[in-house]
Amino acid sequence: MKQWTHTRSNSLKCLVEDVSKAMIEMQDVWKTYPNGVSALRGIDVKIGRGEFVYVVGSSGAGKSTFIKLMYREVRPSKGSIFVNGFNVEKLKEGKIPLMRRQIGVVFQDFKLLPQLTAAENVAFAMEVIEAPRKKIKTRVKEVMELVGLGSKLNALPNQLSGGEQQRVAVARALVNHPAVIIADEPTGNLDPETSWEIMHLFNKINQQGTTIVMATHNKEIVNTMKQRVLAIEDGQIVRDERMGAYGYED
Amino acid sequence: MKIRTMIRHVREGFKNITRNGWMTFAAVGSVVVTLLILGVFLTLALNLQAFTKDVEAQVQMDVIVQQGTSRSDIDSLEERLKSLSGVKSVQFVSKEDGIQILKEKLKDNADLLTGLELENPLPDKFVVKAADPRDTLQFAEQIRTFPFVDKVKDGKDVVEKLYNVIDVIRWVGGGLVIGLVFTAIFLISNTIKITIFARRREIEIMKLVGANNWFIRWPFFVEGLLMGALGALIPISLIALGYSYAVDAFKNTLIMVLPLEGLIMQVGGFLLLIGAIIGTFGSAFSVRKFLKV
Ligand SMILES: Nc1ncnc2c1ncn2[C@@H]1O[C@H](COP(=O)(O)OP(=O)(O)OP(=O)(O)O)[C@@H](O)[C@H]1O
Ligand SMILES: [Mg+2]
Repeated sequence: MKQWTHTRSNSLKCLVEDVSKAMIEMQDVWKTYPNGVSALRGIDVKIGRGEFVYVVGSSGAGKSTFIKLMYREVRPSKGSIFVNGFNVEKLKEGKIPLMRRQIGVVFQDFKLLPQLTAAENVAFAMEVIEAPRKKIKTRVKEVMELVGLGSKLNALPNQLSGGEQQRVAVARALVNHPAVIIADEPTGNLDPETSWEIMHLFNKINQQGTTIVMATHNKEIVNTMKQRVLAIEDGQIVRDERMGAYGYED
Repeated sequence: MKIRTMIRHVREGFKNITRNGWMTFAAVGSVVVTLLILGVFLTLALNLQAFTKDVEAQVQMDVIVQQGTSRSDIDSLEERLKSLSGVKSVQFVSKEDGIQILKEKLKDNADLLTGLELENPLPDKFVVKAADPRDTLQFAEQIRTFPFVDKVKDGKDVVEKLYNVIDVIRWVGGGLVIGLVFTAIFLISNTIKITIFARRREIEIMKLVGANNWFIRWPFFVEGLLMGALGALIPISLIALGYSYAVDAFKNTLIMVLPLEGLIMQVGGFLLLIGAIIGTFGSAFSVRKFLKV
């Protein structure tokens, strides 16, 4: 419990330090997909530096869409999005990679390169920022051990279980010490024990000052961790609680 | 860009060749086939070109001097012919030379000519060649107006027909080569497009983890260059092999073929260039479409 208090105060301190500039901010964001599905309808939200936010909601509510807007995988139909000072929609094409390097993303579908080994997939994110080879090697090993895959460095994604692939995706998101980690159901394929391990990892990273936004269906985790909860229903934020609970019976 | 990044791109380009084995095989195969066809045709076209040049170079005219023209007038005519700019050679063939040449031609029947030596009916003449054989007829027109010129035998009918045939051969040959070059470009870049389409997901992921466009493009550049060069080397070796046989086969015949080394340098250089250029730019161009993530 002591540690917990520490986390909160740490997050709050960050917030106070930089109130003017939220880590993530959305202003009246709408998203209608080309097929006419209205996935988000008027999202207004601010996520401060160092916060840990759970995004909950039933399937198809718009959680992934909300998350994909932040690193510009999906473009909004209307509204403005800011991430770590970048105006995501107004960015010049050449600046997009710089914005994405601030963010570590755990994709709901993992997005691992099938022809690269687990370690190479993680290393790739470091090669992109032109890190030295030696540093890549040690850091990749470090994060792979952190997610419990120290023995699977040379396995190809299709030789790994769903949960292991998910952990490779987590490792890749962490590897560059991003300012913010955005995770779309990072525990979706994990057994309870491994899920908790990942959550503790996220918690530790959050304590070191990294902002974390995580969409999840995991009621137990949300209720236990007592962090900020954003509930999305039908494309709108219906609940935003400081020390929230999952709030669904699924 | 940092050197180690460049090294990484080259390494990655090489790796991709083996990683995407079947795709690489298909792409290189299409380069090989198209460049082989192009190379064979180019070889034929170059030889045809050399052959027509050779034929053209044999075009000349006889300038017949009027009977009874004095020695000094003949000399001044020669001077005048030689001073024409664009004339390559002026060779004087006297009546006596004419008889000698005739005798040599008749050989065994040379005695037929015995009476002629006393009262030689052959004229003195100049054999004139233009630097550009195509100017021969024009020069003939001009020389006809010179004093002491009886007539100019330029073989107008034959030469004009010859030129027509040569022109047709050159236009058709040139057209086919250009057509084949474009077909090759189209086929090769299309195959590359397909191989890259198969990897659009890979490109998307690279972009989403923050790779910039050049970082993604470089390995494709290297890979395309390698595929193009590899795809060119095979047809070049095949053509060199086949052509060395052809050179042997035609050695003691009337058909002149270009020497092996020079031709392979030309055709090989061209194929390698085309392979490399299309490989590189075909890849870079095809990647472009998928970079918009
Ligand atoms: N690329 C797309 N094209 C068209 N419609 C889409 C697309 N992606 C999502 N949608 C639709 O938008 C709505 C929101 O989808 P989204 O993926 O954001 O839901 P979600 O909350 O992440 O669901 P889940 O919990 O199942 O992952 C859904 O109705 C979905 O069908
Ligand atoms: Mg989702």
